[in-house]
Amino acid sequence: MNILLYLIPIALTLGLAGLGAFFWAMKSGQFEDLDGAPHRVLRDDDEAN
Amino acid sequence: MTTRPFIIAEPDGAHSVNLLVEGMHCPSCVAIIENALKKQEAVLAARLNLSTKRLRVTWTGPEALGNTWASLINGMGYRAMPFDPATAETAEKKEEKFLLRCLAVAGFASGNLMLFSIPLWSSDSMEMGAATRTFFHWVQAAIAVPAIVYCGIPFYRSAYKALSQRKTNMDVPISVAVILATLMSLFETITHGTHSYFDSGVMLLFFLLIGRYLESRARGRARSAAHDLLQMMTGFATMLHENGTQETIPLSEIKEDMVLLVAAGEKIGADGVVIAGESEIDTSLITGESQPRAVQVEAALFAGTMNMTAPITMRVTKAGERSLLSEIITLIECAEQGQAKYVTLADRISSWYTPAVHALAAATFVGWMMLGNVVWQVALLYAATVLIITCPCALGLAVPVVQVLASGKLMRAGILLKSGSALERLATITHAVFDKTGTLTLGKPTLTSHHSHAQLCLAASLAAQSKHPLSQAVMKAYAGPLLPLTVTEIQGYGLESGQVKLGKRSWATRLDDDGENMVELWLAEEGNPPVRFTFADQLRTDAKTVITSLQSAGIKTLLLSGDRQEVTKNIAQALGITAFEGALSPIQKTEKISSLKASGAKVLMVGDGLNDAPSLASASVSMSPASAMDITQNAADIVFHGDRLQPVLTALRTAKFSQTLVRQNFLLAIGYNLIAIPLAVAGMVTPLIAALAMSGSSLLVIANAMRLNARKG
Repeated sequence: MNILLYLIPIALTLGLAGLGAFFWAMKSGQFEDLDGAPHRVLRDDDEAN
Repeated sequence: MTTRPFIIAEPDGAHSVNLLVEGMHCPSCVAIIENALKKQEAVLAARLNLSTKRLRVTWTGPEALGNTWASLINGMGYRAMPFDPATAETAEKKEEKFLLRCLAVAGFASGNLMLFSIPLWSSDSMEMGAATRTFFHWVQAAIAVPAIVYCGIPFYRSAYKALSQRKTNMDVPISVAVILATLMSLFETITHGTHSYFDSGVMLLFFLLIGRYLESRARGRARSAAHDLLQMMTGFATMLHENGTQETIPLSEIKEDMVLLVAAGEKIGADGVVIAGESEIDTSLITGESQPRAVQVEAALFAGTMNMTAPITMRVTKAGERSLLSEIITLIECAEQGQAKYVTLADRISSWYTPAVHALAAATFVGWMMLGNVVWQVALLYAATVLIITCPCALGLAVPVVQVLASGKLMRAGILLKSGSALERLATITHAVFDKTGTLTLGKPTLTSHHSHAQLCLAASLAAQSKHPLSQAVMKAYAGPLLPLTVTEIQGYGLESGQVKLGKRSWATRLDDDGENMVELWLAEEGNPPVRFTFADQLRTDAKTVITSLQSAGIKTLLLSGDRQEVTKNIAQALGITAFEGALSPIQKTEKISSLKASGAKVLMVGDGLNDAPSLASASVSMSPASAMDITQNAADIVFHGDRLQPVLTALRTAKFSQTLVRQNFLLAIGYNLIAIPLAVAGMVTPLIAALAMSGSSLLVIANAMRLNARKG
């Protein structure tokens, strides 16, 4: 059962990484405009810069 | 309009400004506005948020360019107003973000707890070994305790608030159950017990937070109503001194009896009267009427309306706090506070459920101590089990799950549900009050006179160059190729191309006014007699059917309008509405609704003008078409799309069925408790049974709510 000593921290770290990524996304304003974002992807007027 | 006080200095000598853009209809408006700005050489970045309608422009160069961007957007037919983002970030918005963070933590914690719960449930201390079990329990505790402390905050806070006011709500039993489950699990973990309840507590919080977050998002949109309105009141006006000099002053410094100059295309800053000049005023903000109103000397003007065609001079009669617009804001705010006092079915149930359950738990403890001949720890354990098993998981889900499904179903039918309790309130209405223009009618003028193809073609070729509502109506009536004409628009009069004129009677023709008071345009061509185009606002195609259906469902229908009594009467009679009243001010409308409510009626208000916004907020429940002003939509509980009135009926039917489902869900949840409680009181419940029973009852409630989707119509 020693494998648990590795697996449990790995599982928890992965989970925490996901949680951290979510908080980062929230903080950087990625959930500010949920209505506009799905339409932006359809616009092909991006400039080359 | 000046944007100067709102301009923020950016590094490298750049500047930025935040603008609130009104009048966007669809996602492509975002593209149109952003692209128009990005084409400007100075602009570095322009980003428009479709959800909040807020635009941020960054540019290099002088500060004064900020005004150019605002007028560029205004010239495209939108309304842009500068605002300060610091004041826009409200406490409610922060609370919503906090809920989302709680939800994320609860989701993470419950997922990881399951990793340990499944092996624990599917084995006992013989199979797994006591040491591994204890180890697992400690890992679970390490995940669950911080999560429960953090994610429970919204519930603990609300429970504490209710208790300190000597009331109870659903959050009281939720908090007690979660805290007790955690303490008991910790006790079990420390004493190397067989089972813990960590997963149940966290999972409960996770499910409840989903509902809580969705509800908060829906409410957030409604809350910004009064805030957006206040933005209308920021800006500047040009004041005329007695000695003839002009001075630009902020709107907040306008005083009574000041003389203001209002340029064409400028917003009127205060209530007042015209003392010089003639113009047309766009009063759509106040009355919802799309047709501009002609004003002359002595005519009354209202703050927030727009001067369309020619400069005028006005004398201020009521400034700032006392203007009609401010009164409307105050009315909306008061009404929204009143609405917050509504007690939902869930809270009514919890007001007797909570004391009953807690008394039962106490009785279990006392009973085991006196009759059961056990040590106090065991008696306490059984009492705690009673609280956990009656843990209002199914009860807590009974309402939100129906609401989420119902709003999804309505959304597919083009009906946007903005308030969580709106369905509950809609299901019980006794009266339906309608506004006229834009609600029962389409609010857009339609061509009613008949013309030859050549006449229409000529008129449309001129009208194509104008954004005036009547020109648009002419364009709509004509399908075919246009003549290549060079057209000039004479502001306030009409359109001209060589010898051809399309516009006002007095300008296009030499005819005298026949006093008929029709909405009309005249087409005059050299050598031909002038042709009259008449327009009328049209009823929504299914208005009559919907009114009849409402009446046959026993709901009293009323028509309250700000329009003239005679026009109101005609519409009411055409639709078979016997109770009607015209020429009402926004305040009178609100009073009518309040007096109806005072007599015990549950009132549905359907309206679209800003003049309806206070009535919408004060009615028991309110609906507004998507064509309405943003502010009015914000004040309404439900917003519907399309040219038909049918959504009113659809929403009503869905509301009634949802309420049936909610009641069934409560019965299911309580029925489940009736079976589980005796087992818990008898001390026969293990965590596995508790978890199965709890998720079983929740699934049952969810499955029952799913019937909403299976049902047609």
